[in-house]
Amino acid sequence: MLAEFLQFLFSGITVGAIYALVALGFSIIYNASHVINFAQGEFVMIGGMATVFMMAGGLPLPAAMLVAVAIAVCAGLALERFAVGQSRGASVVTLIIITIGASIFLRGLASVVWDRNFHTLPSFSGDEPIRLAGATLTPQSLWVLGVTLVVAVLLFWFFTRTLMGKAMLATAHNRLAAQLVGINTRFVLMLSFGLAAALGAIGGILITPIAPTYFEGGVMLGLKGFSAAIVGGLGHGLGAIVGGLIVGIAEAMGAGYISSAYKDAFAFVLILLVLFFMPSGLFGVRGTERV
Amino acid sequence: MAVTEKDAGTEALKRGARRTALLSPRYAGVGALILVIIVLQFFFTNNFHYDVAIKIGLSAIVCVGLNLLIGYAGQISLGHAGFFGLGAYSSAILTDSYGWPPLASLFAGLVLVGVLSFVLARPILRLKGHYLAMATLGMGIIISIVLNQEVDLTGGPDGMPVPAFSLFGWSPNSEPAWYWLVSGVLVVTVWLSLNLIDSSIGRALRAVHGSEVAAETVGVDTTRYKVLIFVVSALFASLAGSLFAHYTGFLTPVVAEFFTSIQFVIMVVFGGMASVFGSVVGAAVLTALPEFLTVLHDYEHLVFGLLLMLTMIFMSKGLLPSLIILIRRRLP
Repeated sequence: MLAEFLQFLFSGITVGAIYALVALGFSIIYNASHVINFAQGEFVMIGGMATVFMMAGGLPLPAAMLVAVAIAVCAGLALERFAVGQSRGASVVTLIIITIGASIFLRGLASVVWDRNFHTLPSFSGDEPIRLAGATLTPQSLWVLGVTLVVAVLLFWFFTRTLMGKAMLATAHNRLAAQLVGINTRFVLMLSFGLAAALGAIGGILITPIAPTYFEGGVMLGLKGFSAAIVGGLGHGLGAIVGGLIVGIAEAMGAGYISSAYKDAFAFVLILLVLFFMPSGLFGVRGTERV
Repeated sequence: MAVTEKDAGTEALKRGARRTALLSPRYAGVGALILVIIVLQFFFTNNFHYDVAIKIGLSAIVCVGLNLLIGYAGQISLGHAGFFGLGAYSSAILTDSYGWPPLASLFAGLVLVGVLSFVLARPILRLKGHYLAMATLGMGIIISIVLNQEVDLTGGPDGMPVPAFSLFGWSPNSEPAWYWLVSGVLVVTVWLSLNLIDSSIGRALRAVHGSEVAAETVGVDTTRYKVLIFVVSALFASLAGSLFAHYTGFLTPVVAEFFTSIQFVIMVVFGGMASVFGSVVGAAVLTALPEFLTVLHDYEHLVFGLLLMLTMIFMSKGLLPSLIILIRRRLP
């Protein structure tokens, strides 16, 4: 009983951590630009795929990972520089369609530059499972949780202790006021796309040894990450992490106890219920509309 | 004397009003649409052309409805393929498994989608912006998963056959027949939408789009109008779905997928928000484009994504409104 429960919990937390990383990316870009970046899932895919092909090209795993993150960051910066940044003053829906166009473009590019097959990575430190109260935990799960934790702490430090992080928060609160006190909001926008892309790519690299990736592998991860960001309250850092864990655990429990066929549905039913009772997510601030 | 002068004045006013009415989208636009539909089929040389045109028509029916919601009421939906799929599967299941007549099945689908969208509309439309996008997205995905998993009912991912359509004994059994049927339904859809926009409901909707709080302050029952338009747009999607099921004759859950929902939204925004004819143009371009891009094989998605991005960057108002602005600027 307990062993089974723990097993579902472990797999839920592992995949939830990945959703949390993707959700953080959504929130960072949303804060900087009020855009929902539907190409966020593609950064995850690029992270995994680029690492696979860099390793196939002869690079050792750590170097391949660094190159993969760099490629994703370049894609993120290019998205801001050439697409979203070009469309100042366009409506939010138009901006969303631009990011959807970018996601289709990036998927097409990945299928041409790389291929259309499934790829996996070796686990970072072996496959010897760790036994814990009757349940098993793979070393890769620990890597996922550990790296996510480190990333979360680093982000917290960045946003509360560094000038640049504070400048990003200020821009999120009020762009005009931020500009008036001398913050380069244009740079903040670039930085947020780069940061979000890096977070996505890290998530993609971490999950590929557990779940094989392919050129369309980012779509569902992106949607789940978006759900996590919404459940937690869009633009809220802690909310994104809690949201990711909630979505991951709900999915694993639903799949384990009720029906694995409806695995994806549980997450979305839960999200609808949360939104019906808390229309701004768990941590979101209830906004007031000005006329 | 005075009386006749006054009469002449009102007569002139009436004539003027009639002339502007004739030039309004309701008359001129619908007339142009009918003309295009008639002229276009002279250029069709094979069934493939008809096939693309029928698919354009079906997408356009959904998009015209969806644009009422997105463009006029300002509420986004990323789940309309769910309603499209429910309409399609209602027709497929009732005609194939239960032997219902196609028209009765189509109406059963409309009733199902109408009730479902009405029940869901209130809690969903309380949400704003991206939260609304998330909720509609979730709703669409749940419908899509149910259609995939209820194998006994829907045949699951392998799909199910759909019997031929028939309307009081007449059955469209060729591509041209379907072309006229779908075109007819599209024209009626466009006509209804234009009338809706021109009515007091349309004005209330525009007020909601402008500022919901302001609209409420002046006494507009915003929730009622948002719910109404949500249901109307869901019904259009269901209707198109039913016709699509009968036209293709074989149905898979792909019709209700998330990406299908996204495609509908893309067509609306690409064609131009708050432009009924923009939706028809958007549906036409984006349905036809992939058919022609297939010659590019592997580069198809790459080029499609690029074109989509470029259009939205350089014509952020959408294709039709941007073109109209361009033409107006050229004219003296």
